[in-house]
Amino acid sequence: MILVTEDDFSVDEVLRNVRNKRTGAVVTFVGVVREEDCGRKIRKMEMEAYKGMAEKELSDLRDKAMKKFGLEEVTIIHRVGSLSPGDNIVLIAVSSGHRKEAFDGAEYLIDELKKVVPLWKKEILEDGEVWVEGGH
Amino acid sequence: MKIKVRFFASYREIAGRPEEVFELREGATLSTLISKVRSVYPKLTKLTDDLIVSVNKRYAKEDVVLKEGDEVALLPPVSGG
Repeated sequence: MILVTEDDFSVDEVLRNVRNKRTGAVVTFVGVVREEDCGRKIRKMEMEAYKGMAEKELSDLRDKAMKKFGLEEVTIIHRVGSLSPGDNIVLIAVSSGHRKEAFDGAEYLIDELKKVVPLWKKEILEDGEVWVEGGH
Repeated sequence: MKIKVRFFASYREIAGRPEEVFELREGATLSTLISKVRSVYPKLTKLTDDLIVSVNKRYAKEDVVLKEGDEVALLPPVSGG
């Protein structure tokens, strides 16, 4: 499943759905809004997506990862809108027959997501706002 | 022909609007459109020589030939996750 949404997600629910009969390992990655970035206190984080293109790029990434690592299932959920420190930003859940493929697949997916998927974050700090651009 | 150009994130704030329709001659390339966008929005020019651009929600190179109704978007370096 690929989803770009304003709503929070349930990791438990995704964990139930990302496995099948061949699954021996499930790895999840959850990205969370930090309280601080480079010593500056973050009050809010606004996440913006190019809807339509973001889903296409995520779907391409999922297909690539499944092929490259021989994964069974992949779910990626990315939130948009106004987020607060401690809120979930992104969930990547990967299942495979054995653990190595699942770990490698999850790491590949978050690394590539940060490079190619049209999503942008703006940090609302105590003394201003700043768009984060490029890998972080 | 009419081509819709969308601006995202910091580019939207620099342009002061989320999108604009540009009029181009038939057969124009993405490169021609980008030059036009840069001339209308000189502040975007200062950002980078190599703008990241999509056509119809796919990353595209500057030699792509555009057609009526295409949706082009200017994409700042991404920062998801």
